[in-house]
Amino acid sequence: MTGASRPIGVANVMLAVFKREVSLGMRQKGEVLTPLVFFVVIASLFPLGVGPESALLLRMAPGVLWVSALLAAMLSLQRMFATDYADGSLEQMALSTTPLALLVLAKALSHFVLAGLPLVLMAPVLGLQFGLDTRALGILMLSLLLGTPTLSLIGSIGAALTLGVRGAGVLLSLLILPLYIPVLIFGAGAVEADAAGLGIGGHLSLMSALLVLSLFFSPMATAAALRISLE
Amino acid sequence: MVFVFATVTSLKTAPSLSFSKLGCSKGGRQLFKNVDCLLEPGRWLYVAGANGVGKTSLLRMVCGLASIEDGDILWNDIPIHSQRETYRKDLCYLGHLNALQESMTVDENLAFTAALGGIAPDPAQTQEVMMRFGLRGRGRQLVRHLSQGQKRRVALSRLALSPARLWVLDEPYVAMDEAGVQLLADLIASHLKSGGLAVLTSHQRVSIGDIPAQMLELQTK
Repeated sequence: MTGASRPIGVANVMLAVFKREVSLGMRQKGEVLTPLVFFVVIASLFPLGVGPESALLLRMAPGVLWVSALLAAMLSLQRMFATDYADGSLEQMALSTTPLALLVLAKALSHFVLAGLPLVLMAPVLGLQFGLDTRALGILMLSLLLGTPTLSLIGSIGAALTLGVRGAGVLLSLLILPLYIPVLIFGAGAVEADAAGLGIGGHLSLMSALLVLSLFFSPMATAAALRISLE
Repeated sequence: MVFVFATVTSLKTAPSLSFSKLGCSKGGRQLFKNVDCLLEPGRWLYVAGANGVGKTSLLRMVCGLASIEDGDILWNDIPIHSQRETYRKDLCYLGHLNALQESMTVDENLAFTAALGGIAPDPAQTQEVMMRFGLRGRGRQLVRHLSQGQKRRVALSRLALSPARLWVLDEPYVAMDEAGVQLLADLIASHLKSGGLAVLTSHQRVSIGDIPAQMLELQTK
C-alpha cells in the first residue's frame, strides 16, 4: 500500500467529527426538531396553566424559558454517544490517534449547534408570548447563547456515564439536572437583574467562567467515563 | 516521492509485539494467566481456544480498550500503556462490530474512520481498494442498504487504507463469502510481506498465503 494518503492534523480530525455529527443531525431531522418542539410546548403550557395575567407572566418569563430550554437540551443528550456505542464507532474513536477528549469536545460542540442553537433562536419568539420587551429578549438570547454550550458540555459527562445502562434517560436527568443549577440561576438571573435595573455584567461573566471551566474539564471527564463504559 | 522521510524513519526499528505473563480475569473468574509470546514483523498470531476462554478479552487488551491487570503487553519493548499515542498510530483494530454509521454513505464512513486514524486517504486509492473488495459503485450508497457481508467488506477496506503496522482482527471472517475470505487472506498476506504484524481470532480454519501461523492456544487454568 504505497498510496498518497496524507496525515492530517488534530484540528482536522476534530472538524471531521464535528461535520459528521452535524450532517447526521441534518439527515435525522426529527432528532433536531423534537427538542425544539418540546421547548415550544413546555414554554407555552405555562401561560395556559397560570392564566393570562400579564404582570405575573412577565415576572416568571425568564425562569420558565430557561427551565424549558434546559429540559429541551437534555432531551437529546442520551443519543450523544448511544449509536456510536452500539455500532462500534466509539471503540474506533477511543483508539484514534487524536485524544478522545478532543473528539468528545467536537461532539459536544456539535450537540450545541444541533440542540442548543435552535433554542437560542426560538427563545425570542416564545419570549413575546410572555410580553418581554426587545431589550429583555436580547439579554435572554445572550444568556442562552452563553449557557447552552455549557449545558451540552456538562451533559456529555452524564451521557457518557449512563452509556449502556438500562433506564439511562431518567438516570441521566438525575445526574445532570443538579449540575445545571448554576447555569440556570445566572442565566435566568441575568434577565431578571436587567429588568430590575441592575447590571448584568456579573451574571454574564460568571456564565462565561462556567463555560470556560466546562470547556476545559468536561471533555476530560467525559473521555474517562467513556473508557470505563467501553471496558 | 520526495518526502519518503517519514516512512524511512518508521522502518528503522523493526516493530515487535510481546506479552509477558499476561493474565485476565472476568467477574472474579480467572480466564487465562502467564501467557508469554513474541510476535515479529511478517508473522501473524492465531489466537485459538474454545468459546469463553478470553480471546476477545485478550484482543481488547492488546488494543488498549481493556485494562491490563496481570502482566504486560509490550510494543517495541515498551509497555503499551506508557506510549499510547505512538502505539495507536501503529494499530488498526477490527472488532465484532463494524464501526459503520448506518445513515452515512460508504465513502463518508471510510473517510471518517481514516480521519480517526489521522489520515486523509487518497481518493484514487480508496477507489482501488473498494474495487478489490467488490464494492465498486457503492461509494454513495447508505451503509444501511448494504448486506451484512458487504458491510463487513467495507469495514475490511478500512484495513487496506490504514498505514498501521499492527492489525488486530477479531473474527474477521464472520459473514464473509468464500471470495471474501480469500480476499482478506490475500490482504493480510501482503500486509505481512511488507513487514506488518497481525493478531487474529477465528473459529474457521484460516490460512494466510504460505505464511505459517504462530499459534496461541488459550486455556482456562
